[in-house]
This record gives sequence, C-alpha cells and structure tokens, in this order.
Amino acid sequence: MVSRRQTQVIGLVMSIIVLVLLIWLPHHNGSTNTLRWAQVLYIGVAAMGLNLLTGYNGQVSIGHGAFFGVGAYTSALLMHNHGWSFLPTLLVAAPLCFLVGVLVGFPALRVKGLYLALVTLGLAVLFPDLTKKYVHATGGTNLVSLNRGELSPPAWVPTSVSAIGRDDQWAYYVCLGAAVVLVIAALLIVRSRFGRALIAVRDHESAAASVGINAARVKVMAFALSALYAGIAGSCSVLVTHLANAEKVQTFQLSIEFLVALVIGGTATVVGPLLGAWLVVTLQHWISDTLPQHVGSLGPLKRVLGDPAASPALFGIMLILFVFVLPDGVVGGFRRAWARFVRNRNQTPHHAPAPLAT
Amino acid sequence: MSLFLTQLMNGIGNGAVYASLALALVLIFRTTGILNFAQGEMALYSTYLFWYFTDRGLPVVVAILAAMALSFIGGALVERVVIRPVEHSSPLVLVIVTIGLFLALNSIVQVQFGSDIKTNLPRAYPKHTWRPGNVQISADTLVLVGMLAVVCVLLYLLFQRTKIGLAMRAVASSSESARLSGVPVGQMLMFGWGLAAALGALAGVLVIPQIGLQASSMQSILVFSFAAAALGGFDSPVGAVVGGLIVGVAEALTTQYVHALNGIVLIVPFGLILGVLMVRPQGLFGRRTVERV
Repeated sequence: MVSRRQTQVIGLVMSIIVLVLLIWLPHHNGSTNTLRWAQVLYIGVAAMGLNLLTGYNGQVSIGHGAFFGVGAYTSALLMHNHGWSFLPTLLVAAPLCFLVGVLVGFPALRVKGLYLALVTLGLAVLFPDLTKKYVHATGGTNLVSLNRGELSPPAWVPTSVSAIGRDDQWAYYVCLGAAVVLVIAALLIVRSRFGRALIAVRDHESAAASVGINAARVKVMAFALSALYAGIAGSCSVLVTHLANAEKVQTFQLSIEFLVALVIGGTATVVGPLLGAWLVVTLQHWISDTLPQHVGSLGPLKRVLGDPAASPALFGIMLILFVFVLPDGVVGGFRRAWARFVRNRNQTPHHAPAPLAT
Repeated sequence: MSLFLTQLMNGIGNGAVYASLALALVLIFRTTGILNFAQGEMALYSTYLFWYFTDRGLPVVVAILAAMALSFIGGALVERVVIRPVEHSSPLVLVIVTIGLFLALNSIVQVQFGSDIKTNLPRAYPKHTWRPGNVQISADTLVLVGMLAVVCVLLYLLFQRTKIGLAMRAVASSSESARLSGVPVGQMLMFGWGLAAALGALAGVLVIPQIGLQASSMQSILVFSFAAAALGGFDSPVGAVVGGLIVGVAEALTTQYVHALNGIVLIVPFGLILGVLMVRPQGLFGRRTVERV
C-alpha cells in the first residue's frame, strides 16, 4: 500500500518539478505562447476560486465573469487614469472583490441550487450593462485599453529572458506568482477548520448547523473568497490582454470557461481547476488556430470545419463528449485509475475510499 | 394613463413570450430535474428551420407546423442522445452538458444558415394596431397572448385528461415508482423534451419576426424566461405563466418610467427574483421541500 506520507512526498516532488518547468517556460516559448500560458494561469486562478465556492461549498455560480470584470476594471482604471503601477492595484482590487463577494453572498444565503445559479447568471448579464452605463473610457465606450508605458514593469524587475518582450515576461511571471500564492492559500484553506466546515455545509447544511457550524458565515465567506480569486485573476488578465472590457457574450463566456475548467479538471480538488484551465485554453486554441490549417485534406468537411463560426460548436461537442467519458474530471479519472492500480498491486479485496480533497 | 395602458399591453405581449419559454423550461425541469440552458438556442434552431421553409416557398402556417414537428423530433433526440447518458450525474455535469449544447447549437445555426440577420421572415398574421381611446394594442400582443392561452389550455388537457399526461405526471412525481408500475419512463422523458422543444419553436416563430433573426436573437429572451421561471417556481407551470407576465410588465414599465435604470433594465427581473426568493426560496408557486437531518 502506498502510504499517505509517500503520496504527500510524491505530490511535493511533482509540484516542485512543475513549478521549475513553469519558471523555465518563457525561455523556451515565444511571446505568443508565453501569453497563452499566462492566460492558462489566470483562468486557472479564477477556476480555483470558483472551486472553493462550487466544489467545496456546493454553491453553483455562473456569474464569476462579473467578479473577474470588477478586478480587471479596477486595475485597468487605476493604471490608466491615475498612473498606478500594477502591483499596488492588486491591493485595491482584491479587497474590493472580496467586499462585492460578501454583498452577493448575502442573498445567496436564502437562494439555493439552481435558483442561485440563475441569480449569478443575472450578475453576469447585468455587469456589462453596468460598465456601459458608468465607465466612460475610449470613445465613450466601456473599453479601457492600456498603452505600453502604463503596462511596463517597475524598474526593479530584472530582464532574464531576452527573446521575449520585458512586458510579456512580466505579465507571465505575475500570473505565475499569483497562481502559486493562491494554490498554496487554497491548500491551506481546504485543510483548515474552515475548509472542513465548507465541505460539511455542502454535504448537509442542517446537519452541519446542528453541530455548531455557522452555516451562514461559511457560505458568505466562500462567496467572498471565490470573488477575491476571480478578481485577482481579472487584474492579472489586464497585463496579458492590455485591456479591460465587458461585452455581454464575453462576460458570460468567461463565467462558463471558469465552470468548464473546474468541471473537466475535477471539482473539489486543488490542482483540478489549473489542469482544466490548461485543457480549456489549449482546446480552444487548437480548434480555432491549429485545426483549420489541417482540414484541407478532409475534403467536404473543409467548408464546415474551416468556418470560424464553427469553433464554438466543436468546443461544445467536445465538452459534452468529455463529461460523458470523465464525469468527475481529469483528476477524478486519474484517481480512479490510481486506486485500481494500487489495489491490484496489493491484492486488497475492498475498494479504497476516494480521498475527498488533496 | 393611456401611455401607461399601452406600455402595460406591450409588457403583457412580451410577457407571453417569456411565459411560453418558461413553460418549456418548467416542463423539462419537472420531468428530468434539469435546467435547460439550451432551451433558447433550441427555439432559435426551430426558427431558422421556419425561415428555411418559408424561404423555399412553403405557406407560413405549414412552415410553422413543420418547424414544430421537426423540433419535437429534435428535442426527443436530444434527450435520448445527449441527456440520457448523463441523467444520473451530478447537477454540475448536467449544467455543463446543456451549456455545451447551447454553444454547439448557437454556432451550428451560423454555419448552416449563415451569420447574417434574416429580415425577410414572413409574419403569420397582418400587422395592425388598434387604438381604443388612445391606448395602442398591437396585433402582436393579441396573437402572443392568444397563443399563450391556447397553449395553456392544451397543456392542461394533455396533462389532466389523457393517459399520456397521467404517465408524464407519474414520472415527474417519482420516476422510480412510475417505472415499477410499467410506465415507459424513457419514452415519457423524450416526449417531455419534444414537447418543450415544440413549445419553444412556437414562441420563437411568433416573436422573432418582430426583432429579426440572428444567432443572438433568443439570448435575452432566454434570460427573461429564466427570471420568469425562477420567479414562479421551477416546478410550477402556473408559476411560469404568472412569472412571465410579471417580468414582461415590469420590464416595459421600467423602460418607460424609471429613467435612472436606462440601459440596465435587466436589473428589474433579477431584482424581482432576488426579492421574491428572499421571502419564498421556492418561488411564488413552487412546492416547498422539507429537509431531514
């Protein structure tokens, strides 16, 4: 039997290897690829936040694109209108998103399940309208676009990779730093007393309340924390995309991407959302950029697959197929395979209970 | 006063559309426990079929019936092929599947029918506005309200007076017991999805000629229908109709009278849901569930 201690050591070694690879990555990649990896990281961060709420606490939200937007706008406006550099804007954006999360979390105390999903959907469709009404940026629209000077890193940042721009490098390492800090934070959160309370409330709210857990406080905190994660992700996205924008479709799509990353990665697991984010970004890139270059050989399919309008269809279909095959996500599937492997090797007759959180 | 009544009538007209799509949502929710995010896009596809048929020269009424019939088959197939395999999965997986369906259908219509706006949709009835005492009542409003009334009566008869309706109610109240007493549960679920798709098709065909047919036509309507269904309670058909009308009227009156909310009218339906759900978490007409520890 592989003991818990051994599993932990394996996990630690793996994380260090992955981290070293991620730090080295820009040396290997061009600017475009580096920025795509930065995108993976910030979507992963938002999905991790959603995981605290949906995976561990059982509250489904389809509105986290709005929190992401709050973070993005806060950073972009502070940098654009007030000449702040990026890092201090996080000190404003993160607490602000936390507060917005608390505000949204309160109604969520009464509203559950699908009803909650719908209320948060309302948040996602309302947010673009709000920004259109109250944010007046480029040409009176709600698009805040930043120029090179406003995005450049502070002077103390060394230039280590000469092949790609200083800005892009800065963007990537900021996203990586945020992801690392927030992964560790998530690990600490889910293993703490509060984390166990999150799970208890998810599994049976009344039972949790009857053993003395303040269910209301736990649920509001879960909302606020996940909003904070999404907001930091939004702030980081500004460095990568050089803008803050909120179109209806876009905000809704982001909210969905977070949820998709979470579900295909594996809910209630710490690394699942990051893996899921990587899958989502890679899949979308593959469908919209790589696939059309190779459909020439497919004959009659070319007209259909080469059409840019077809990418969401392929993405949607792949999504459905994916959850058919792995309903508990990549991490869940991996765990089942691992459990089978370990059991076969040790000839233990009974199935090992799956660990709830790693 | 006449302005108020005019807006009230417009609101009721829009509300009838929200109500019929909300009814479709409730039909599916009651039988399968799924919130179908793709309902609007299914209706969108049906409306494109309608456009295709009339473009090929079919008479309007025949095209509507053909689109509804095909939607019925399509809806039943969606249940069998896409939903059935994940029927017992977690709600989150079901959300992902219907969202996948949403994305797929939305882009399939663009590939299949082109992404330009279709403005040449024929209307099923002449355009006319009556003005009794300065109040404007358009033919659209009357037709939509009439359609809703007919649909409600037909659904009532179907569910209360026919054997198939009885079987569907059995499935909705407990699919396990229904299966044990010999009700073909799978077929009933397919029937429910088909019915919902046909209902959505009817709503789409009647409302879209007023706003133009393009890939995004149904999205805001779907959002309002969600609001309507949540307001009334997801398991209550009566709630869907009442919720739809409330949301429609609230939207029309806000647009007319509350200028501070210009551009963010969406705050109204969601404010309403939030307000109602705070007091009655199961919606206006929903059944309360009792939880045991």
